[in-house]
Amino acid sequence: MKNCFKKLSIAQKQTLWAYVFLFVPLVFYLVIRIYPAFNAFYLSLTNWDIVSVEKDMVFFENYFSLSEDPLFWKTLGNTFKYVIYGLPINLVLSFLIAYNLNKLKWGLGIYRTLYFIPFMTSLVAVSWVWRWLYQPLPLGFFNNLLSLFGIPEQPFLMAPSQALPSILAPTIWVQMGFQVIIFLAGLKAIPQSVYEAADIDGANNRQKLFRVTIPLLRPTIIFLVITGTIKYLRIFTQVYSMTYQGNGGPLNSTKPLVLYIYNTAFQRFDMGYASAMTVVLFLIILVITLFQLKVLNKDD
Amino acid sequence: MTKSKLNKTNPLVYIIMGIGGLLMIFPFVWMVATSFKQPWDVYNLSIIPTQPTLANYFRLLATSNFPRWFFNSFVVSIAVTMSVLFFDSLVGYTLCKFKFKYKNIIFLLILSTMMIPTEMLVIPWYVMSKGLGWANSYWGIMFPGIMTGFGTFLMRQFFQSVPDDLLDSGRIDGLNEFQIWWKIAMPLVKPAISALAIFTFLGNWNAFLWPLIVTSTNSLYTLPVGLAFFSGEFQTEWEMVMTGASVATIPVLIVFLIFQKQIVRGIALTGLKG
Repeated sequence: MKNCFKKLSIAQKQTLWAYVFLFVPLVFYLVIRIYPAFNAFYLSLTNWDIVSVEKDMVFFENYFSLSEDPLFWKTLGNTFKYVIYGLPINLVLSFLIAYNLNKLKWGLGIYRTLYFIPFMTSLVAVSWVWRWLYQPLPLGFFNNLLSLFGIPEQPFLMAPSQALPSILAPTIWVQMGFQVIIFLAGLKAIPQSVYEAADIDGANNRQKLFRVTIPLLRPTIIFLVITGTIKYLRIFTQVYSMTYQGNGGPLNSTKPLVLYIYNTAFQRFDMGYASAMTVVLFLIILVITLFQLKVLNKDD
Repeated sequence: MTKSKLNKTNPLVYIIMGIGGLLMIFPFVWMVATSFKQPWDVYNLSIIPTQPTLANYFRLLATSNFPRWFFNSFVVSIAVTMSVLFFDSLVGYTLCKFKFKYKNIIFLLILSTMMIPTEMLVIPWYVMSKGLGWANSYWGIMFPGIMTGFGTFLMRQFFQSVPDDLLDSGRIDGLNEFQIWWKIAMPLVKPAISALAIFTFLGNWNAFLWPLIVTSTNSLYTLPVGLAFFSGEFQTEWEMVMTGASVATIPVLIVFLIFQKQIVRGIALTGLKG
């Protein structure tokens, strides 16, 4: 055996080593990642309920049902609301904070710590803390604060019109830490000489921001837009933790697609229907990511 | 003149950013403060408890399984992190430094798995776990995450900066390929390894959806799942909910404060390379 190995050429040895290294990982990726993806698609063509042995093929019936399911459209709409309301605010706030932190000459470490702390903590814990802040009088902090200014008590998580933004607030708050760090790294990577050149050309602060800083931050912005969109599209934990019995209420006004998938698969055990929704989620993420990559990269 | 203009920072920036920073940590301060309050004191909006007490913590220990959940989360997160560090850097290295047939196809295959959201896989994973008897076990919680496309991609990027000559000199010294990877290449990408370790550990420590699905007995819950059930049970006793949230939050914050520099650098590094 050992002699056989010695007779191999260097290139053959390399190939052999490569496959030794890659064998277990390849099995993992094929069995735990690729196969389940196809399996999800297959299940979406059945009406399987996890108990039955037989999986009846219903082909695209689940998808037709989805297109007529008002709750599906509602949750899809909610999911997009999270992305469209949440992400831009998140990015702008994070950029403003990073931009100003970047000006600081001392104490940056302490400041950065303060802004980063929320990102480090468990989302379940964060959600419950905020759920408590939103409580009605006399308990809730926000309502007490409002009453100090003579503003009437707000329902927050209890009203369909306010619940979704109320869940977005802690989401933005948590994500900000991450985005500030990434923006700061991007800002620090811009060489000082670029700004000096802009000074010589007589650029004012506004021009420097829009003509120098933001264009040079483009890779950072692309990264944050794409990762942020995916994160917001997959929103689940906050809604599960902040709504009554994790049901995405009131009146499904906060229920995102992933929570509907969870209810369908793991509470109603309608695996086929839930799988169809996961396929839709996958396609949405795929299309949006490819689209964003194309649009944001177009000048390069 | 331009120089002096560049170097001057408006003191107002320090003040405003400071206020913003305090607002960021305010919910935590209040959470911890409330965990030391008596039930009747919860309605009092003062940050400082009127009669500070540890009773909530004792009650938490007596009525719930928090130490166990903590232990579960710890074991699972450490094991997954070690596995990810080993496999992702080995695979990233192989895909970066070796020449062999189908290399690009394998790379694309692994990369493509990054596009599949976990949510699409949880149903097949659940079915698989039930069938193989993995459900409701540590392995069941861990198996989907023991390797990641993201980490593989990240490590491959970083191994590109390792010069081939160095690896060749290892070959001349009679090291085998595994030793070359482990003894020569790995020490050169330490910052990337610590970044990946932090991301993986945090991601698994805070993971919620999959552990919620795959665990069904109280003693196997991870900390987020346990906290969710605990909070649901005690939801009208806010001092208990805040005690639970504190227990789940504070240890991570302490670890963060100790390793702050590495964590922040790691995240920034990943953002720039990823």
